[in-house]
Amino acid sequence: MNSPRLMDALWTVGTRDLLAALRHRADLLTTLVFFAIVASLFPLGVGSDTALLRLMGPGVVWVAALLASMLALTRLFASDYGDGTLEQLALSPHPLTLLVLAKTGAHWLASGLPLVIIAPLLGLQFDLNADAQLVLLASLLLGTPTLSLIGAVGAALTLGVRGGGALLSLLVLPLYVPVLIFGAGAVEASAAGLDAGAHLSLLGALLLVALVFAPWATAVSVRIAVE
Amino acid sequence: MLAIKNIECVRGERRLFSDLSFEAASHTLLEVRGPNGSGKTSLLRNLCGLLPPAAGIIEWRGNNIHMFADEYRSELAFLGHLSGVKDELTASENLRMSSVAAGLGASPDQIHAALVHFGLRDFRDSLCKALSQGQRRRVALARLCLSAARSLWILDEPFTALDAAALVVIKDLLESHLETGGTVVLTTHQEVAIAARVTRRVDLGQ
Repeated sequence: MNSPRLMDALWTVGTRDLLAALRHRADLLTTLVFFAIVASLFPLGVGSDTALLRLMGPGVVWVAALLASMLALTRLFASDYGDGTLEQLALSPHPLTLLVLAKTGAHWLASGLPLVIIAPLLGLQFDLNADAQLVLLASLLLGTPTLSLIGAVGAALTLGVRGGGALLSLLVLPLYVPVLIFGAGAVEASAAGLDAGAHLSLLGALLLVALVFAPWATAVSVRIAVE
Repeated sequence: MLAIKNIECVRGERRLFSDLSFEAASHTLLEVRGPNGSGKTSLLRNLCGLLPPAAGIIEWRGNNIHMFADEYRSELAFLGHLSGVKDELTASENLRMSSVAAGLGASPDQIHAALVHFGLRDFRDSLCKALSQGQRRRVALARLCLSAARSLWILDEPFTALDAAALVVIKDLLESHLETGGTVVLTTHQEVAIAARVTRRVDLGQ
């Protein structure tokens, strides 16, 4: 199979998912609104002590982003599995690893990137300073693709399982822990006036590792799901 | 040439069939028959490589299909129970995108011709969720128009939900594929007479 055909196929698989997502805008909004509400509940619940909010802001925004991105995960493969698109992908002569990577990329563009974009707005609620806001943006930009990649493995593994949503969170949340630690850590460091570079580098490293291993594991899980 | 050697299929606790062997060369129509639950769909999923058989070997042109999976898939067109048609896309988007993802060339002219061929001219820009069951099935079958270069067609119940006009179209398509040297494996409960140089039947559940 020559490579222009392959690029064409990857592009098509990605745009198909984006197009379907755009025509299902309610789903996209659900994720965003969920993110905004969860992150806003904390200032409401804890009270308006600025010092306390500033302290917990990075962690809260990160945890909310993590939960929101997990909420969106069930949509990654479920409809393709239900309508037979997934078994057609599994029978494509193109490598399934790359096809699921294209799907994961489209999923991140539709559900992860909007979270990154509105995160600074939520950061304002926690009185994060400009530097910390920038680091928050950078850490989410590096971290949320990792969440999508890891989540894709879980989403593929729980296809066709009854109560898959709950199982998915049990599978995926522990794996999200390193991303959460370094992501929130980066913002905390910057808010405390320290250099966030090391944290961001580690987030970048996690992304690269996930980029190499997660699509492969996802493809294997998809093959098991369509048996 | 598709060669099945002593394959066995087990689903859950039940052995659906075992020690099943047959061959299908080019120009051959292979009909898989049997009552509900006899393993027809499982056999087709075995044949297209989605479901590895519990025992035995499946070969295409002398090569094990699981060892040479990419080569095999580039000669295979499969249509299962599920159509692979997405509700949120229009008929022509569905056809174009599923064909390109399957590694088929799909120019706008070919897409248009395939949809017209299946009587979907007026529905090509309609979202598929607005189409009837039969029309969605036609969108899925239209991909076969673009799959002429694929030698082996494996079709699970291709005639369900189709009206008489669509039946004639798909029958012609299958006959011309068989005539040009293709191989067709299908399951059906309907009596549809398809002319082929060689017609073979596999009966399951006896």
